[in-house]
Amino acid sequence: MKTLRECRPNQKVTVVKIHGSGPVKKRIMDMGITKGVEILVRKVAPLGDPIEINIRSYELSLRKADAEMVEVK
Amino acid sequence: MKYALVGNPNCGKTTLFNELTGSSQYVGNWPGVTVEKKEGKLKGRKDVIIQDLPGIYSLSPYTLEEVVARNYIVNEHPDVIINIVDATNLERNLYLTTQVMELGVPMVIALNMMDVVRKNKDEINVKELEKRLNCKIVEISAVSGEGCKELMEAAHQLEKQRAQKYLKYEGELEKSLEEVSALIDGKFEHHLLRWYAVKLLENDEKVAEEVELSESIKNEISKIRTALEEKMDDDAESIITSERYERIGSILKNIYVKKNQSNLSMSDKIDKVVTNRWLALPIFVVVMWLVYYISVTTIGTWATDWANDGVFGEGWHLFGIGTSEYEEDAAAYSRADQILSAASEGETTVIIYDDEDVEIETVAITDSVVNEAETIVEAGEPDTSEYGIWVPGVPVIVGDVLESAGVADWLYSLIIDGIIGGVGAVLGFLPQMMVLFLLLALLEDCGYMARIAFIMDRIFRKFGLSGKSFIPMLIGTGCGVPAIMASRTIENDRDRKMTIMTTTFIPCSAKLPIIALIAGALFNNASWVSPSAYFVGMAAIIVSGIILKKTKLFEGDVAPFVMELPAYHMPKAKGVLLHMWDRSKAFAKKAGTIIFVSAIVLWFLQGFNWQLEMVDNNESILASIGNAFAFIFSPLGFGNWKATVATVTGLIAKENVVSTFGVLYGFAEVAEDGVEIWGTLASEYTMLSAYSFLVFNLLCAPCFAAIGAISREMGSAKWTWIAIGYQCCFAYAVALIIYQLGTWITTGVFGIETIFGIVVLAGLLYLLLRPAKKSE
Repeated sequence: MKTLRECRPNQKVTVVKIHGSGPVKKRIMDMGITKGVEILVRKVAPLGDPIEINIRSYELSLRKADAEMVEVK
Repeated sequence: MKYALVGNPNCGKTTLFNELTGSSQYVGNWPGVTVEKKEGKLKGRKDVIIQDLPGIYSLSPYTLEEVVARNYIVNEHPDVIINIVDATNLERNLYLTTQVMELGVPMVIALNMMDVVRKNKDEINVKELEKRLNCKIVEISAVSGEGCKELMEAAHQLEKQRAQKYLKYEGELEKSLEEVSALIDGKFEHHLLRWYAVKLLENDEKVAEEVELSESIKNEISKIRTALEEKMDDDAESIITSERYERIGSILKNIYVKKNQSNLSMSDKIDKVVTNRWLALPIFVVVMWLVYYISVTTIGTWATDWANDGVFGEGWHLFGIGTSEYEEDAAAYSRADQILSAASEGETTVIIYDDEDVEIETVAITDSVVNEAETIVEAGEPDTSEYGIWVPGVPVIVGDVLESAGVADWLYSLIIDGIIGGVGAVLGFLPQMMVLFLLLALLEDCGYMARIAFIMDRIFRKFGLSGKSFIPMLIGTGCGVPAIMASRTIENDRDRKMTIMTTTFIPCSAKLPIIALIAGALFNNASWVSPSAYFVGMAAIIVSGIILKKTKLFEGDVAPFVMELPAYHMPKAKGVLLHMWDRSKAFAKKAGTIIFVSAIVLWFLQGFNWQLEMVDNNESILASIGNAFAFIFSPLGFGNWKATVATVTGLIAKENVVSTFGVLYGFAEVAEDGVEIWGTLASEYTMLSAYSFLVFNLLCAPCFAAIGAISREMGSAKWTWIAIGYQCCFAYAVALIIYQLGTWITTGVFGIETIFGIVVLAGLLYLLLRPAKKSE
């Protein structure tokens, strides 16, 4: 299973499934990370975490620990 | 009439609010939480109150802002909802819109930033979108005010109208929702039926707690939910979220036509540099240095000095005219004075010091030098008011009036030291605060604030703080009051509370005299004392962060750090200034009251004895209280009443600790670092007890001004007391450990109090190292 965490900057991926449960999952999905959506990984923060992605034509940052919940292909 | 503004963060909601209400704004907190509440009267229609709801992305039960917003709509029944939608980010903005529609309140969509869309040569088919959403849409540009009149007309039309229609879903989900609706029909107000159906199907914890339904209905609903979840292989909440976005996708089909697909926007280009892997940190350091330099080192301090020493002090030179001439003459006078006093003692040379005790020159004493000095001294000490355009300070003006009226001593003191002193304590902070608020508003408005969180998150989240906590801590080295107010920029309630509680651990500039006093009196001005104070402050923040994070107060749902990085844009002068004005006003009102009252109470306590006679500090009520409580501090090594009273007067302003010591040891006035009493202190204190005193005073409750700011920002008395209580207990524990274990290690004396110290240390280590409870 490949997750958003492992993606490199400038990689384009599609969301397969959001794992986990509760507030974090809800928040991630509220921000538009839902099944089938396209994500462009922009960059990793200077200290190695969090990451910045482009989704639904806006910029979003999330921690690697949370990005791990997002299965992509 | 009540209109509620609802929208995502960064969609231009605040700008629209300012545009609609003008200057009639009330800024406060929602009851019991640190979420900002703003309302104002509509310009031109005083019967309409506009309620600005917190910027939110969704109506989930997981963040305070979202709960505040949805409770307001459900319980307070606004007449019309104005939903602001950022046209450049339609998909995500409409996600909230679809949820708000379900609340059944008449709604109009304000489609903001249409000017930007047109500038990009993109097109939005607004007529078609209006039809598909079944909701009135008005195109506006909040920045230029374009379309706001039409928007208000549309809202006016909607008052007393039928409820807003909601969007239907497809297939299984809609079927399940209809089943739930049928079950609960009649149990709620009709327009809220869909909202409750969705929330009950989602199994929203807050709604489930609030509504009263029979067990059988609850069971029915959970059966429907389980069936849906099995069919769609996900939890109900996620199914609904996904379906919403699907539905929005289908609504937006062929509505939004983008001209240039792949081009990087201006904002993307800026971000390529500003959050670049290698450049981000240097740029961050430069920006922070600028913020600090402007708000603390230069303009901010000038403003504070002017307010405190000028307006609420002796007075000031208008536009600085005459200041430099006066300073020259004053320096010449002081030089002459030093020469004469050396000459009278028969010295042959004299070292001249300036007013900050810095050596300037060595002068050989000759007759001509003495003669020259005599002429200068005979001419009299220069008087500032005779130079340039002198504006006397408020206390001077009022004092003259009172003296000529011949009022009683106590009344004079009440007005000058109590009331004017109290007002001065509040307003003295305002100029610096305004400078800081201006900078913060600029950082927020241009979009850099979000990048700060992005850059610093990794470090700060380890101890329960936000990346944005950096700014309050930085400002805290100057003054704790603006620092606490700066925590306003942190969105997350827990992070914000934690920041408010820990920021004042950083030694502010008013604590520097205490450090100088202890370093000078006991440590022979050793160079490590002052850095160690900052180290203690930072360690206190880190340790407190880790401890507090694990306590009941802060445990529970950890807010995920999933944050939008809004597009950069040019800050608008009007918005930035209004922002600054609002925050300054809120500070003066809320924090001001507390600061003012405490200043008067303390004025009374330290100026009077129990017989209500005016006495010196050391015979006052305060002194006797200090005496009674001194024993509390004896395990810390400074259980004498002087230290206790000094600590208490530190609550007015931390630099008072030094001057109070001066007074208590019999000096009318001492230098800022208290050099006169170094000798006495050195004989009464050991290095350990002095350092313990220093640490306690650095970490314990801050001055009243900062306490006022804490209470303003916490928005609840309970949390204010928790913060202050925690700070005092923590300070006590650390000072105790330092003194008791230090004494044991250095002298080998082991007593009951040593055991006490060890127990406290063990307790602290336990709180620090215990595993965090995993929350569901």
